[in-house]
Amino acid sequence: MIIEALIGVTFVAALLVLLAPDEWAGRLAFAFSLLPFAGSLYLWSGFESAGNALTGEGIAYATQIEWLEVGGRTVSWFVGVDGISLPLVVLTTFLVPLAIVSAWTPIDSRQSQFYGLMLFMEANLLGVFTALDFFLWFVFWEAVLVPMYFLIGIWGGPRRKYAAIKFFVYTNAASLLMFIGFMSLVFALGDSVSSFALPAITGAIADGGLGSFAGLAPETLALAAFLAMFLGFAVKVPIVPFHTWLPDAHVEAPTPVSVLLAGVLLKMGTYALLRFNFTMLPDQASALAIPIAAIAVISVIYGAMLALAQKDLKRIVAYSSVSSMGYVILGLIAFTEYGVGGATFQMVAHGLISGLMFMAVGVIYNATHTRMVGDMSGMADRMPVAVGILVAGAFGYMGLPLMAGFAGEFFIFVGSFSAPALPYAPIFTALAMFGIVIVAGYLLSAMQSTLFGPFELETDYEVGPAPFHDVAPLVVLLAVIIVLGVAPDIFFEMIRDAAVPVVEGVTVDG
Amino acid sequence: MVNTLPQLAALLPVFLLAFTGLALLLVDTVRPDARSNTSMAVVGALGSLSALAASVWLVVSGTGSVDTGGAIVLFAEAIKVDTMALFFTAIFASVTALVVVAAHDYFHDHASPGAFYSLVVFAATGMALLAAANSLAVVFVALEMVSLPSYVLVAYLKQDRGSVEAGMKYFLVGALSSAIFLFGISLVYAATGSLLLSDVAEGIGSLDGLAGVAGIGIVMIVGGVAFKTASVPFHFWAPEAYEGAPAPVSAFLSSASKAAGFVVAFRLFTEAFPVGASLTAGIDWVLAFGILAAVTMTVGNFAAAVQEEVKRMLAYSSIGHAGYVLIGVAALSAGGSANDAVMGAAMAHLLVYGFMNTGAFLFVAMAERWGVGRTFEDYAGLARRAPVASTAMAVFMFSLAGLPPFAGFFSKYFLFMGAIDNGFLWLAAVGAVNSVVSLYYYSRVVKALWLDDPASSSALDAIDVRPTGLYAAVVFAAVATVLLLPGFGSVIETAEAAASALF
Repeated sequence: MIIEALIGVTFVAALLVLLAPDEWAGRLAFAFSLLPFAGSLYLWSGFESAGNALTGEGIAYATQIEWLEVGGRTVSWFVGVDGISLPLVVLTTFLVPLAIVSAWTPIDSRQSQFYGLMLFMEANLLGVFTALDFFLWFVFWEAVLVPMYFLIGIWGGPRRKYAAIKFFVYTNAASLLMFIGFMSLVFALGDSVSSFALPAITGAIADGGLGSFAGLAPETLALAAFLAMFLGFAVKVPIVPFHTWLPDAHVEAPTPVSVLLAGVLLKMGTYALLRFNFTMLPDQASALAIPIAAIAVISVIYGAMLALAQKDLKRIVAYSSVSSMGYVILGLIAFTEYGVGGATFQMVAHGLISGLMFMAVGVIYNATHTRMVGDMSGMADRMPVAVGILVAGAFGYMGLPLMAGFAGEFFIFVGSFSAPALPYAPIFTALAMFGIVIVAGYLLSAMQSTLFGPFELETDYEVGPAPFHDVAPLVVLLAVIIVLGVAPDIFFEMIRDAAVPVVEGVTVDG
Repeated sequence: MVNTLPQLAALLPVFLLAFTGLALLLVDTVRPDARSNTSMAVVGALGSLSALAASVWLVVSGTGSVDTGGAIVLFAEAIKVDTMALFFTAIFASVTALVVVAAHDYFHDHASPGAFYSLVVFAATGMALLAAANSLAVVFVALEMVSLPSYVLVAYLKQDRGSVEAGMKYFLVGALSSAIFLFGISLVYAATGSLLLSDVAEGIGSLDGLAGVAGIGIVMIVGGVAFKTASVPFHFWAPEAYEGAPAPVSAFLSSASKAAGFVVAFRLFTEAFPVGASLTAGIDWVLAFGILAAVTMTVGNFAAAVQEEVKRMLAYSSIGHAGYVLIGVAALSAGGSANDAVMGAAMAHLLVYGFMNTGAFLFVAMAERWGVGRTFEDYAGLARRAPVASTAMAVFMFSLAGLPPFAGFFSKYFLFMGAIDNGFLWLAAVGAVNSVVSLYYYSRVVKALWLDDPASSSALDAIDVRPTGLYAAVVFAAVATVLLLPGFGSVIETAEAAASALF
């Protein structure tokens, strides 16, 4: 019942904050958001099971209550966590309070609505990562879009309406495609499943329960469903060439929303890819290993090149997320213990690091009201702490050892370099590694011109150090990133336990 | 426990509605002053709520269901109370209650609001009777009982040119379609020799060369149904009538009156003209409904996408939804395993629609009460002044579009899934494409309310009152739209059980 309590408390908190007066909505929301964080730590402390939720064993804290029955299939309230979802639950509940604190400075209108929507989104995100019934999961998955639409559209930058609608339309169309893909699997399974529970469906597919549907042979259908779901999730991740909504949404979104967008919402896409495409249809995935690895590498390189060409700090971080997500896809398609595990670890690590980067850029923006690389220089003079942390975060992005990003990328490269399921694995891995060089290139050059040198910025007010509540979340985030980099095993052990069954699901030729 | 009551008790909701209508006339006679608005609204709301409570109680206690001995047949088989009749009565009663409560504020300065309430309740009585009709004669009489008050209601603002013109158009098209419907009934009677639905069904099985007569009769009856449900090709009246009528009346017509049209369709095309027998006789109304469904949803959704006025957009969206529900009849097949699933889903969709669509029109009623204008631009920034009502409107819009966190998602999805299970993949595909289109124009409303800035700083000054009744109705409809998602299990199970009793 602890997961229900977690989601329920967050929903109630969202409602209370919505009704609170604007003046103290931010403080109240922060206080409330510590409750789910404490709850997720409690989940973590009592977590013991080993294995993957979808392959049957390894669901912790599971509850399954029948919701309704239709056409001979039951839909149920079915939640639980395993080694893959628990780190993401903890990441979500950890990032939200920090994002809320980082909103205290920039959000100056309709605060109660803002913080209420943030908590509402958190509740639905927790639902996405814990739901194990397709319908329940889909309800939460789509429900995340609604608060995001308003958060970008109301509190965003000058082109907020365009960005909000683009985000909404892109991700909704993608959801529909994914929905159709998954549903065709369910219809093709026919009588061999009697529910929408993901473990049952995974099991039925593994047992060869797929029949033909709508005139398609089982193999063709599985491939078509795989492609539909892959495309649907690719928009969310995003993978090149479906990434165009991301820079718009990020640039227009207010900082705290960017933090959650990059930190958690993008992980919805990779999490769903792992759960649906790679766990349910591993054979289809490995049959498409070369094209998938190719677009992963293209995402890494192309995202990094795009970032190299940007002048807006937020856009740089946004495009580098595209690049980082490419590593995750590469890790997944490697289908090795370290590849899949490293990809999951990288989701958490990237969530923390990109959150840190967006927050740090936001702090600078609060003071300077510009994010353009050419507009300012020498910020280190005026805001030493914030700039120091931004530099540390950038090194984290570049994969500096002893930071979480290094661990994630290292695991992925170890896993993918000699992956038996992936032809030409060393070549793909080497190409992807080259992306790190470009990352270093654009981050260093952007920082050199904005942060160092003599201070230069045309303002009619004095630019001083950021207030304590702007810097505090940065310090906390940086500390966690380093802890996770020094001791990755605090998450990686449980991730590996859950990744092994996924890897075993794939048949390797030869 | 119900078995100990006289069988007539099964008609309790109908009696309650009829009695409420009479009581309203009495109140109007005793207190013919302007203040009677409040007392009329209270009586009307209490009456329709008690009818709702009675029908829910009867459904829960299993009256007329297969488990408790089957449908209750009364008055020489002219009336038949089963789960479907009670299910639809619950829809009618809840929409009536919402509309009556909202009308109290809408007609606050109307010269004689009294007649409005009795007309609405009498129309609801006709609908409840229609749901229980077991003879073509009763079907027609009940249909006219619904239609006549509706004409008056549309033209209720008799000083308003739009309202009167809409009433006139509605009346002309309605009279024509009534005549066609009646002629269809007479042809069916000529071919089968009976007006009782079960006897008609037998007659359809042995037509002896009269298949042509019966076929034409059935086509004409389809036409009458299309009029009542605002489906193509008899949908032309709907945008005019919904736009010109007072918004609470639009809410009533587009939710309750549409559902009444569908209950006739569900009843007639299962019990009087069963799929199997009709196909054997060469009368393929399944195909006719399939085409109507596809064309109706496409016309409705694409026309809605180009509207500039919110009320007119909702009118076309209501045509689009008629197209979705028509799938409930169009995706039937002889002995199809999912017949009850698809028709049950259509019923469940009508129930959810009863709340979300009524709520949306009542929000328009609120905007009319404020006097903020009718176009999308006029709605810009309303959320700044009226966040609660705007939240409710966002819920209605997302639910109408079929987005997952709301009940409209489940009802629409199960409808499409039933159609696929029954082998009508193409209907589900057309429906899905239309759903995507609909997201565009529904989200325009949300965008206007929440994201756009008001046209001028004084544009929001019109919002100077907080009409309690309207707020209560809108918020209640929104809460129902949200709560029907977790509570969808009992709704769909009841609806499926009701539908399975028909086959």
